Amino acid sequence: MGKQYETVIGLEVHVELATETKIFCGCSTAFGGQPNTHTCPVCTGMPGALPVLNRQVLEYAVAVGLALNCSITRYCKFDRKNYFYPDNPQNYQISQLYLPICRGGSVEIETGEGRKSIGIHEIHMEEDAGKLIHDQWEDCSLVDYNRSGVPLLEIVSEPDMGSAEEVIAYLEKLRTILRYLGVSDCKLQEGSMRADVNLSVREAGTEGLGTRTEMKNLNSFRAISRAIRGERERQISLLEEGKEVVQETRRWDDIREESYAMRSKEDARDYRYFPDPDLVPVAISEDWLEEIRRRQPEFRTEKMARYKKEYPIPDYDIEIITASKHMADLFEETTALCGQPKKVSNWLMGETLRLLKERGMEPEDICVSPEHLAGLIRLIDEKAVNSTAAKEIFEAMFDRDVDPEQYAEEKGLKMVSDEGALRRAAEEVVAANPKSVEDYRKGREKAIGFLVGQTMKAMKGRADPGAVNRVLKELLSKK
Amino acid sequence: MKPRIDDETIEYIGILAKLELSPEEREQAKGDMGRMLDYIGKLEELDTAGIEPVSHVFTVENVFREDVVTNGDMRGDILKNAPEEKDGMFVVPKTFD
Amino acid sequence: MDLLRLTALELGAGIKVGEIRVAQAAEAVLERIEKKEPLYHCYITVDRGAVLRQAEVLQKKLDAGELTGPLAGVPIAVKDNICTEGMLTTCASRMLGNFVPMYSAEAVKCLERAGMLIVGKTNMDEFAMGSTTETSAYGETRNPWDAARVPGGSSGGSAAAVAAGECFAALGSDTGGSIRQPASFCGVVGMKPTYGTVSRWGLIAYGSSLDQIGPITRDVRDCAALLEAIAVHDPRDSTSVERKDRDFMGALEEDVQGLRIGVPGDYFGEGIDPEVKAAVLKAADVLRERGALVEEFDLSLVEYAVPAYYTIASAEASSNLERFDGIKYGYRAPGYQGLHSLYKKSRSEGFGPEVKRRIMLGSFVLSSGYYDAYYLKALKVKALIKKAFDEAFSRYDIILGPVAPTTAPRLGESLTDPIRMYLGDIYTISVNLAGLPAISLPCGTDAGGLPVGLQLIGDCFQEKLLLRAAYTYERARGDFGLPAENGNALEREGE
Repeated sequence: MGKQYETVIGLEVHVELATETKIFCGCSTAFGGQPNTHTCPVCTGMPGALPVLNRQVLEYAVAVGLALNCSITRYCKFDRKNYFYPDNPQNYQISQLYLPICRGGSVEIETGEGRKSIGIHEIHMEEDAGKLIHDQWEDCSLVDYNRSGVPLLEIVSEPDMGSAEEVIAYLEKLRTILRYLGVSDCKLQEGSMRADVNLSVREAGTEGLGTRTEMKNLNSFRAISRAIRGERERQISLLEEGKEVVQETRRWDDIREESYAMRSKEDARDYRYFPDPDLVPVAISEDWLEEIRRRQPEFRTEKMARYKKEYPIPDYDIEIITASKHMADLFEETTALCGQPKKVSNWLMGETLRLLKERGMEPEDICVSPEHLAGLIRLIDEKAVNSTAAKEIFEAMFDRDVDPEQYAEEKGLKMVSDEGALRRAAEEVVAANPKSVEDYRKGREKAIGFLVGQTMKAMKGRADPGAVNRVLKELLSKK
Repeated sequence: MKPRIDDETIEYIGILAKLELSPEEREQAKGDMGRMLDYIGKLEELDTAGIEPVSHVFTVENVFREDVVTNGDMRGDILKNAPEEKDGMFVVPKTFD
Repeated sequence: MDLLRLTALELGAGIKVGEIRVAQAAEAVLERIEKKEPLYHCYITVDRGAVLRQAEVLQKKLDAGELTGPLAGVPIAVKDNICTEGMLTTCASRMLGNFVPMYSAEAVKCLERAGMLIVGKTNMDEFAMGSTTETSAYGETRNPWDAARVPGGSSGGSAAAVAAGECFAALGSDTGGSIRQPASFCGVVGMKPTYGTVSRWGLIAYGSSLDQIGPITRDVRDCAALLEAIAVHDPRDSTSVERKDRDFMGALEEDVQGLRIGVPGDYFGEGIDPEVKAAVLKAADVLRERGALVEEFDLSLVEYAVPAYYTIASAEASSNLERFDGIKYGYRAPGYQGLHSLYKKSRSEGFGPEVKRRIMLGSFVLSSGYYDAYYLKALKVKALIKKAFDEAFSRYDIILGPVAPTTAPRLGESLTDPIRMYLGDIYTISVNLAGLPAISLPCGTDAGGLPVGLQLIGDCFQEKLLLRAAYTYERARGDFGLPAENGNALEREGE
């Protein structure tokens, strides 16, 4: 065993902003339209078409910069990045090189190794590319420009990370912050968050940086972890063999678990950036900046502290609930409606987490509305449904946000509050089970459990177990 | 600074600008580019230390659109001039990625 | 009455009072086109049927009182780099030989709102790159004053069409002199407005930071009227400027009393034709006689404008023209193999030599290692040039000079030496770099009877001042006339 190596990783994270329209035109950013139905002369690069900046994109970018402790570039511009590729209709991408909107921030992460600050080098605004679809039948590709011009933020970190664990912690932290801001849904699988990994290795203890490669096409945390491990090993074995690492872009193939170079003679990587003459500079006044700062939401750390003060729920619950802005909103709004934080928390920590796991979903995907969750809690409090029925109702709410009251009614899950019916059922059970009755009367109090169960069964589960217990005890105490 | 415009330069610019020149055009381009660069090299004579480069001559700033959808489906028009079209998309030679 | 002798405003007035039907004006122009086009070739596209149909539509609107502007019903030509919905827009390039835009440029919309009748699309240098209209993929345009000579460029088709009576006015575009210089060569009036005055939406970009659409007309009054029609703030063009002073017709007064006019001595040095010099200085005298304070001064940096311009314009062009790739529209070469071959073949076959020359130069000056030395340097020189103008305008209201060093050269003379051709733009180019307005109007003829142009340059947003001075001069000068009336063109057609 020879030298020890350490890994140096920096990330370029692309985030699609959750605006209604594209960055430079009034086309919708909605997913799922037929190809090229969300396009116009601007986002398809027609001759004579001109870009105009979406104000929301700028405000989101500033909000992200503030949240990541960056300094905001008060006079910023857009530049053109020139390269030919069919997904890029103008054959230049409008981006920012010389005066990006944000510079020099940081993100605190926590891993098994402890806390660490990851530097943010810069954040810039740019436009997304269209989509290339490879034709299955013919030897050609097809271009859909629906995504062309969707606003992106590129968040470039410093090379401050040393392991896959730190990278994942950084991405999770970034995602939480961006979701708290509501600027992006940050879904790796759907491509609304994408991470390119810049990685180099160096001998442990040395100062300088080794030659880095850039890895693309990483669309899950798992793929990122594996790609980091794979690339680290590839670079180390090159160095061990006395070879050099080539500075290049590599594409990760998660199925084959290996990367390959994306090189071509036609790809000169000389982007000829220059200021885009079609766009004017953006000057951000102190007032405007202050206004955006005022609109910043409560972030997770503050929220956790507040929950500790306001809600009598365990720290662990707070930890889990606030990890997702969406779940925290659901918690707060439901609590505001029903006034029972502990019960709301229990539903989130219990059934909600279970179903998320079972369905392979993220907390952001929860569709249960606060009104319905509060409604369910009320039904239970009123003893209108029992716990088994409540779980069944909740599952339906989880899947399609049904109205619990209505659903319980339709499915016959509501308690029978008719005391007479209960009494008749109990009497029948007592009459049919003399053995258990005898046992109970002999002092085996547990025997009542069986009788309760039988009565519940006779009531098809639609009775309050407490009431059943009370009625049975009443009957059994009579001689 | 005086860049040398040789075959390699022309080849490289051809890659950047996606132009393919015939041997005659290539020779012509070498001469033209060389003379043009000499000519614009005249700017070096001027002392521009401390001068801010100007891309826009006067200060129009902060021109924005509001984030409201204004465009409907215009696919038919967008594709009308396409040299080749299939299933509502532009056809290009096979790309890999 | 010979309709073709009328100015656009005179024709518009006749149409308004019902003396002239729009169809009559259309037919007069179409007849002229039929007769003259085989020689002059001002147009790339004229759709006779569409023009006549449109004339009917406009007449109905006029009759219904829906169109009341001074130019309603007047036939106008549009340079072929300005998009017209449903009408071929080629930029005089093979690359866009089949391109039919789905939208009209905002300037064209303005013409429509003014009720003007679009006759067709005029010839130009390919993608507006040239000073002679000889780089057009569809053949050169000839100068109506002398068919053996160029009309200038790049808006040569527009200027020649106005001079030849093949329309009553035209739109051109000016990136380095492309309206003023052909206007000068063709003996008509051309104006490049302050950058941002006319929307660039739908103008197929050459050098985006320099391009500006403007009017080419028979006289200064028409110029003011047309400018008034097309100067609007357009939210789709980020560089469009909101202007309050859009009543340009109101500036047409004969009054230059006390106007401070600076004549840059460095515009009259080496390279200027003595006859041009004499005609321009004589025009300065005319304004002096009318009460202007005319004084010679040194503008400085004149010789740096052309190299700075070619650096900036070529760089922007190299990027602006990247979208022409054979995928979304335009020319796609046959016989390609793979993606990059498609790009290279389509672009190499679709673009002509001058366009390729500028794309290559522009790509080079932006490429890694050269950006600072060339492009950034040129932007700094641009700042210096702007500063020189600022200083000049602190002392003068207007700068007066020639438009071009010579009158129209013979066909085929210019293209052999690009740099010499570029030097022909020496008096017009710095105006674009500084974003200023400038007007070109005829101020005499040389010994061969070819028009000489006078250029008046104003500070940003001072179009009204320019129009007032130009109008005053024009009234003093008297009618300049069209080439046919001067007999020149008809006599020379036989050559």
